[in-house]
Amino acid sequence: MQLRVERREASAWISILIPLLAIGITLILVAGLVWLSGAGLWETYYYFFIKPLSSRASVIEVLVKATPLLFTGAAVAFAFYSGYWNIGAEGQLYAGAAAAAWLGVVLKGLPPVVIIPLIMLGSALAAALWALPPAWLKTRLNVDEVVTTLLLNSVMIFFVSSLLNGPWRDPVTNWPQSPTLEAASRLPRLLAGTRLHLGFLLAIVALIFFWWITARASFGLRMRAVGRGREAARFMGVHVNQVVFRVALISGAVAGLAGASEVAGLHYHLIEALSPGYGYSGIVAATLGSLHPIGVALAAIFIGLISTGSQTASRALGVPSFLGDVVQAVLLLVTLALLLLRTYRVRMI
Amino acid sequence: MTQPTTTPPAVAMHGITKRFGPLTANANVDFDVQSGEVHALLGENGAGKTTLTKILYGLYQPDAGTIAINGKLTPLRSPADAIAQGIGMVTQHFSLVPTLTVAENLLLSQAQGITLDLRTAEATIRETATRYGLQVDPARLVQRLSVGEQQRVEILKALYQNCRVLILDEPTAVLTPQEAEGLFMVLRGLIAQGLAVIFISHKLNEVLAISHRVTVLRAGKVVGEVKTAETTQIDLARLMVGREVTGVQVSATPPPTAPQRPVLELQNIHVRNTQHLPALRGINLRIQAGEIVGLAGVAGNGQPELGEVLSGLRTPTQGEVRVNGIDVTKADPVGMTRAGIGRIPEDRLKGVVADLTVAENIALESLAEFTKAGGQLDQKLVRQHAQSLIDAFEIKATPGTRTGSLSGGNMQKVILARVLSRNPQVVVAAQPTRGLDVGAIQYVHEQLLTQRARGAAILLISEDLDEVLALADRVAVIYEGAIVGEVKPSDFRDDPANLKQQIGLMMAGAVSGFGEQIERRESA
Repeated sequence: MQLRVERREASAWISILIPLLAIGITLILVAGLVWLSGAGLWETYYYFFIKPLSSRASVIEVLVKATPLLFTGAAVAFAFYSGYWNIGAEGQLYAGAAAAAWLGVVLKGLPPVVIIPLIMLGSALAAALWALPPAWLKTRLNVDEVVTTLLLNSVMIFFVSSLLNGPWRDPVTNWPQSPTLEAASRLPRLLAGTRLHLGFLLAIVALIFFWWITARASFGLRMRAVGRGREAARFMGVHVNQVVFRVALISGAVAGLAGASEVAGLHYHLIEALSPGYGYSGIVAATLGSLHPIGVALAAIFIGLISTGSQTASRALGVPSFLGDVVQAVLLLVTLALLLLRTYRVRMI
Repeated sequence: MTQPTTTPPAVAMHGITKRFGPLTANANVDFDVQSGEVHALLGENGAGKTTLTKILYGLYQPDAGTIAINGKLTPLRSPADAIAQGIGMVTQHFSLVPTLTVAENLLLSQAQGITLDLRTAEATIRETATRYGLQVDPARLVQRLSVGEQQRVEILKALYQNCRVLILDEPTAVLTPQEAEGLFMVLRGLIAQGLAVIFISHKLNEVLAISHRVTVLRAGKVVGEVKTAETTQIDLARLMVGREVTGVQVSATPPPTAPQRPVLELQNIHVRNTQHLPALRGINLRIQAGEIVGLAGVAGNGQPELGEVLSGLRTPTQGEVRVNGIDVTKADPVGMTRAGIGRIPEDRLKGVVADLTVAENIALESLAEFTKAGGQLDQKLVRQHAQSLIDAFEIKATPGTRTGSLSGGNMQKVILARVLSRNPQVVVAAQPTRGLDVGAIQYVHEQLLTQRARGAAILLISEDLDEVLALADRVAVIYEGAIVGEVKPSDFRDDPANLKQQIGLMMAGAVSGFGEQIERRESA
């Protein structure tokens, strides 16, 4: 008996099966680490996945955690959809956050209906600007965007750090955090007594925008053609570089909104630890969600659940809170491995 | 020059037969090569040359036949077996790691154990290189080497593995004339050292310059084995392409006789290929409305590049392309389509995105027409349009079928439907029937004739001479990037064999159809 690997047609059910299978396999793989940390397996997973869903307050907290991931997931998925591998959502997020922290302080004396759109627009613009050099290098000189977007993340993070430790240091507390946003610059809360803010709705709007473009607009068809067959797309008259360039900037802008939403919706100032890697988790959300808007939304909420859960588990059981990051990382690797199932089938002969 | 046959040949292949499905690539082929001899394998594209050598290199298993190495029957189940028997192969696509040095690349092919003595290896390689007259510095990075030098490294790799029989698959296709001359010097050195060389080519002048014996393959069969000293370019050309004309009907309706203004005009087109070598060297061609011009030629003489120029994918360095007098030389794919050129690409998978649906692939080329205000895609229109073309062109698919899951014939129908439904003034069809079954070929031919009747100017680029003769009103022959002659099949109605021979000779670069000497590539 021999095993043979064949190419196959992608079927719909396998796209749904893959993320579920990936989650299952990840839990098995991480079990060893949980055991090493000295905590009970079922107990740990209970705190990870069930406990956060057991009360209204904690469910809402999961959504708060998921908000930036919905943005970055949409941003990354948008880019990946057309074969542009934007690994720079983290830096673009901080570019947007810095712009929001600045605009939220300098714009004064205007009503929130004016200020908030201005902040959002300004952040998107700043982040798109930050996404511009890699896009330009890619389309003009064919420089690998994986490298450039990834490396620019550190540049932006250190730039923000230098701002916070220099000119933007809070004059009152002297902490490395930017001055607090004007009240009119803050995103309104959606539910009284919770931290859920307007950013969550805007993130959903970003995903709807992603859906409309890919499922309904002509540009989405061009994106698909570029992503799946660059040469053939070019033959059929698609301006490949133009599509890639636009996609790169839009992706950057959406990632920037994640930063603005965190600054104006949650923290009200810019801090160095604004993002524990939301830009990178966006890659997990996009991949786990099969680059489909609904999939990305579910994946982002699931990752929000893991990060909430890992904190509760850490407090209650003393397991390292890094376990949440490990779960995410393993999840990405397992998903990528399983994606091969979509193009190949293993057969016994 | 051939050694006395008392010693067994280095390689003797006997009765080799290889089938791929319904296609017989090699039928009962006998082939042998002696030590100290260059034996050329000559034949058109698809004649079975590469298949035969892949069998010798252990990549394919023959369905019948035997291989004897130095007189001993030896089964070759894998390239490792072949290498162990002293057989080496250099293909057009080099298998070298560009970021490693020459020595590292050579060691890769046979490094064993844990330690790596690069210094000693470099010395050994330098010694081997000097012995065979292959000037390569083992310490240089492969990516810094020219194509010719990389080929030398490939040969050196084979020698380093103690190869005694060297297979070269179209070695000059990637070389400049100067580099080709250098290669021949090396080959003469190798045979002087007692190696056996199998030289695959479809270029007659090279075969005559380097080989001792020539075996000509046609449609998988050996049609002749001759001593090079006793043959001529014309004899070889006749053997290579002189098969009986079968099933060819010279087009029934005569093309417009009154000289008209040409619809498609190519004037002195020069183009470089991806390796920046000249691929087209002054193409002149005019095609009228309602006329099919067939571009015949052996593979590798500039046909793909010409197709790319007319598809808007490659910009000429010199010359002009005009459609109805309008200059489109620098047009991109959109510009070419707008100018009225319908483009059928050589590689179907470059004409459609396999992962998109049939409807999407049909809409993509003229997407503006399917876009509503606000950038919204009119999906209903896309589907309806696709369905109407599926019905009209009898495509076995639905609008939502993934294009990659279609058969080659149906995929080609998708492209034809997209292109021809727009009633283009010019149709450029590059290898439109390559890899298709008989029914699909028939279908494509009928479509092209329908377009001709409608008044389109058609350029049919094909390596299949029978196809060209069956469809074309005029046949232009391309050789080394230039048109070397034109004939009208209708002038040969009483003597079709002679027509084919004339074209065959032009394809082989032996004569010019313009009654003048063909300018040979500089070889110094």
